Amino acid sequence: MTGWLDGLRELRRYPSAILGMAIIALLVGLSIYTVVAIPYSQALELWRGGEHWRMTPANAGPVWADRLLGGRQPMTISVSSAGADIEERAFEGGRRLRIPLTFEYEHEGFPSEINLFLRAEGHEQTPFARLVWETPDGREISLGGHRIGRRERISISQNRALERRLGGMVPHVGLLAEPDTQQAPRVQPGRYTLTLDAVVFDEKADLETNLVLYGRVHGIAGTDHQRRDLQVALMWGTPVALAFGLLAAVGTTVTTLIIAALGVWYRGWIDATIQRLTEVNMILPLLPVLVMVGTLYSTSIWLMLGVVVLLGIFSAGIKMYRAMLLPIREAPYIEAAQAYGASNLRIVMRYMIPRILPVLIPTFVTLIPTFVFLEASLAVLGLGDPVLPTWGKVLNDAQAQSALYNGYYYWVLEPAALLMLTGLGFATLGFALDRVFNPRLRSL
Amino acid sequence: MSRETATRSPAGRGLMRDLRRLSIYTVKRLLALFVTVLVGVYLTIVIANMGGQVDELRMVQIRSEAAESVRANPDFQGMSSEERNQLIQRRVALEVERLRLDEPFILRSVDYLQQAISLNLGRAEQMHSDRGSRQVYDIIVERLPATLLLFGTANLLVFFVSVFSALSLSRRYGSLLDRCVIALAPSSAAPGWFYGIFLILLFAFVMPVLPASGMVAAPPPEGIWAYAASVLRHMLLPLTAMFVSQLFVSIYSWRTFFLIHSSEDYVEMARAKGLPSNLIERRYILRPTLAPIITSFLLMLVGLWSGAIILEQVFNWPGLGSLLFQAIGHRDTPVIIGSVVIFAYLLAMTVFLLDILYALLDPRIRIEGGER
Repeated sequence: MTGWLDGLRELRRYPSAILGMAIIALLVGLSIYTVVAIPYSQALELWRGGEHWRMTPANAGPVWADRLLGGRQPMTISVSSAGADIEERAFEGGRRLRIPLTFEYEHEGFPSEINLFLRAEGHEQTPFARLVWETPDGREISLGGHRIGRRERISISQNRALERRLGGMVPHVGLLAEPDTQQAPRVQPGRYTLTLDAVVFDEKADLETNLVLYGRVHGIAGTDHQRRDLQVALMWGTPVALAFGLLAAVGTTVTTLIIAALGVWYRGWIDATIQRLTEVNMILPLLPVLVMVGTLYSTSIWLMLGVVVLLGIFSAGIKMYRAMLLPIREAPYIEAAQAYGASNLRIVMRYMIPRILPVLIPTFVTLIPTFVFLEASLAVLGLGDPVLPTWGKVLNDAQAQSALYNGYYYWVLEPAALLMLTGLGFATLGFALDRVFNPRLRSL
Repeated sequence: MSRETATRSPAGRGLMRDLRRLSIYTVKRLLALFVTVLVGVYLTIVIANMGGQVDELRMVQIRSEAAESVRANPDFQGMSSEERNQLIQRRVALEVERLRLDEPFILRSVDYLQQAISLNLGRAEQMHSDRGSRQVYDIIVERLPATLLLFGTANLLVFFVSVFSALSLSRRYGSLLDRCVIALAPSSAAPGWFYGIFLILLFAFVMPVLPASGMVAAPPPEGIWAYAASVLRHMLLPLTAMFVSQLFVSIYSWRTFFLIHSSEDYVEMARAKGLPSNLIERRYILRPTLAPIITSFLLMLVGLWSGAIILEQVFNWPGLGSLLFQAIGHRDTPVIIGSVVIFAYLLAMTVFLLDILYALLDPRIRIEGGER
């Protein structure tokens, strides 16, 4: 055991090892925070998408990237009727409401979309509303009239008639642009008002509205094509990747080591069988088999993990461990153990395996990122876990939506940076460990 | 005269003995490898058919397709539902017979195995080659050159560049360049496709100088030279991606390897004798380490066959890897099995070559007849 401690102490002399450990600590900390902050079930629920994300823009970049590059793209502006001063006039059999939704718009870029959400609960007869858009310079643009169901969503951006009236500009550009410019449209800064002129056929029932001008930037990670905040996937990808990498690495190295040791100790047909199995396994290509299992059975990450471990048991590593264990088998201390009557299993587990563990640690550490990338590879091929958000699935979505072609670079770069960080962290530590624990390197 | 024959005959006997042992060894290895391929391919057949479960999926598909085609055809509109059902039944039966789904799976799997091993790969169920052939063999052979071209070039490049630069680095152990390469070694934690994404981003979108994917421009240019130039342009990005992802770790491991072997006593001895350094390199370092070098070269070739799927997907390269992926998507079992059979054969051939080369290079095997 002292050898280990000495080795660890020696590790402090390597700056790369310190860097690697710092990165790993960071990732582990992020995973723990994620698991505590967003529980598993909530993460799955969020990643399923849908109603959760109706207030977030689609394909918005991260805020910090835009600000760093000197941009002033808008974030999402949401104006609710709760704070507005509503004029109310009653008449026979109903009321007439005038709801002004006012906001200041000072950004450089146009919003990516404009939606109006309406909620009219408990009305016997559907209310009716007329919408008027007022610009800072006093122009009034009618957005037409709408019947209001219990929960209504008016997509102002999709209003084709309005688009024609605005001279061919999509509404979320045209409504906020300077009038009568011949060149590219520019934002007219100032105070905008959307007035709802609603007729309600009920004495008490409420009418809530919410105007949303979706931004072009959102949060620290941006959003994807389904409006989902990438932060969820990037954060949850960390524990998933670490768990997958660690479990796969432990599963393959430990079983492989034990099997190799058993083969060396018992020799004869056991060793021969293990050798032949290893050769069969070397002929089976890992990735095609994984792809096959993924397409034909299920793409659950745990099934994949099982297959990886199963195929990894009889990997080429067995040959390497065998070569290392063969001289140990003949060592005098093993003979001594046999002489005082240690059982076969005891000799294998307590005498042979511990001897080569130090040599194994570096391999083990460098194996982890390999499996992390394997999971990402499968996800990029479209065989990611169906429900769990992972880095690879974000990459796959980005690939499927041609993110690079459309210029959504953040969508590719963020998961890639995290993957790279994980890879670098474990690899730098592994290489440093190799220099400390590998006896052949130490003698140089 | 008599002295001459006396000295020659032990050498001649030695050669005969070597040859005999070598041939026994070869036959043994061939047999072992054949059994290995047999088991591997059978396992693939079982997995690719989900142990027979794919048949049920296919039955459902056949039934719905037959029903759909009969219903959609206006000629059969006038039929009564009784007649129409019979027609559907007849079509399903025909299709079942064509795909031999009426036989038990175990029987078919053995049959598949025999055909696969004799490279009689059969006809694809859904896919066809670009020339329109339905033969699995044609489909695979059409894709093979693309994979060979890209991955062969990349691996050869990585191998030779890393071995030679490692050799020169091991001479300059501890220099700035040496330490830089060591510091860069962890970059290989990421696979080639990962760098591929960045390269596509940089050189195809931010600075559009190279094509993002594919193998030749569309339409393919006329003339051999123009065609080759186009392929080369398309190859540059995937090639760089693989090169970057493998180079540094490869140099690192070769450098360590050469360092260990150049500190052996016999090398020190040769240095002390004052032999020129290139002679020391050739005869005292490279010759004794030739066996492991060749091993790793061939093992790299093994990796070449299997690691290609994702890189080919990312770069849309029309090779074996993307073929296998498409085949799995179509559930086209003959193509899947065919590709894996080809993979297995190529791997087995590589391993066999390795064994023979080992035997030639390593005198211990030659003399002991492979009783390692």
